[in-house]
Amino acid sequence: MTIDTAVLTNEEKISFALRSLYHRRGFAPYRMSRFEEYELYMKNKDFLRSPQVITFTDTNGKLMALKPDVTLSIVRAWRPAAEEVQKFYYDENVYRVSESAGSFREIRQTGVECLGARDDPGTAEVLDLALESLGLISPDYRLCVSLLGIVEHVLDLAQLQGDARRDVLRCMGEKNVHELKAVCADAGVTPQDAQRIAGLTLCTAAPSEAPEALGAVGCPEAAMEEAKRFAGALPPEEQGRVSLDFSILGDMRYYNALAFQGYVRGVPSSVLSGGVYDRLLHRMGKPGRAIGFACYLDKLERLEVGAHA
Amino acid sequence: MLNIALPKGRLGEKVYGMFERAGFECPSIHEENRKLFFENEALGIRYFWVKPSDVAIYVARGAADIGVAGKDILLEYRPDVYELLDLNVGKCRMCVAGPKDFRDDPARTLRVATKFSHIATDYYTSTGRDIDVIGLNGSIELAPILGLSDVIVDIVETGTTLKENNLAVLETIVPISARLIANKASFVFYKTRIEELTRALAKEATA
Repeated sequence: MTIDTAVLTNEEKISFALRSLYHRRGFAPYRMSRFEEYELYMKNKDFLRSPQVITFTDTNGKLMALKPDVTLSIVRAWRPAAEEVQKFYYDENVYRVSESAGSFREIRQTGVECLGARDDPGTAEVLDLALESLGLISPDYRLCVSLLGIVEHVLDLAQLQGDARRDVLRCMGEKNVHELKAVCADAGVTPQDAQRIAGLTLCTAAPSEAPEALGAVGCPEAAMEEAKRFAGALPPEEQGRVSLDFSILGDMRYYNALAFQGYVRGVPSSVLSGGVYDRLLHRMGKPGRAIGFACYLDKLERLEVGAHA
Repeated sequence: MLNIALPKGRLGEKVYGMFERAGFECPSIHEENRKLFFENEALGIRYFWVKPSDVAIYVARGAADIGVAGKDILLEYRPDVYELLDLNVGKCRMCVAGPKDFRDDPARTLRVATKFSHIATDYYTSTGRDIDVIGLNGSIELAPILGLSDVIVDIVETGTTLKENNLAVLETIVPISARLIANKASFVFYKTRIEELTRALAKEATA
């Protein structure tokens, strides 16, 4: 059977290309039902991109939901095995409120998840795969990465807790330094600590320049070392396409260490997002470490056909 | 070309003046005509006027790379954009207002008339007060006078309209002013230019 690629939509072409990439890199396909017990989402509402979920009562009386997310289902089904890292890829439709339309949409999502009971599940490999995925979508792409350990360290130095910490994180996510400084002042944060947080919020730098940039805004030596380690782990040819950006923040009750978002020129919002989510595993009572990302294919409908296969 | 959405009207003209003084001028914008957008090719910038409440939509959806929107719009519609700078113009307050002698009766649900239902809901949720939001699109001050609502949540600039209708500010929810906003993807691809523009505007905002 031959397929006439001229009849394929952008979304389908990119989906095939991504699946082929993940398959070649040794990831196993993961298929799942469209439905999941609502309880799973109720317990982890903040992990979802939008809290609303389409629900219905099944014939046995159980409250079910049309899947708004894939990662939670994979983590729930995952059985940690001693030394093994399990690597999955998926291509699924999810149902959630679209950020732009404000109403429920069926959204096609392709992504990978790596889960390991003990060791690093393959952070470098997943970042590399995220970059390759963006390259398949468009030749003009960027990956913005935040090292969440540095963000937490700097907020801890300022002894920010509770509502004030939440408000500061919101301001960091908006690069809203004027409001951030006001929140810090109200919370009794010293001007020096507030200045450091503001500096970190505005710090966007190429990985090789990040340690120096972090030093310039008064971040501690440990933060500079962490940025140096990150830069060292990236392939040299990708250094120009990656930037450290500390306004990229996942919900830190679930994400830790790393959060990232991918952009391609011509699409007004991120087309890929992911991160390390060990804390989600622990919240769900599973030991281990995990990293993954998703590509949002619905956002690519109007993208001009570029380099993708 | 960097696309910049400005709010139509007096505020927009004031804000454009700040861009001009910051070195991002576009002389054709002063010509008397009905054009909706204006370019300075040499500087690589294009301005366009849009309804103030639409600026955030243009920016969030990438039709504009940056824009100027009121904090009221950002709080109400919560667009997924960066809020880079408080321009310190268009200053006013989001307030709860009502009859001068109003006393809240906690035994009843508070009826609140407003154009800003999210802001009103967030504010009263934070205080634990149960409210009934009455969404209106204009002449909000009429609502408590005619008994449609107990209070209103609205923008107050000078307070003259309230005074002339025997109403008064009861509480200030949040100060409002014009903010420079940026599309997140545009910020990634035009970072240097947007940062340069933000720095130059910051000087104007504090001048």
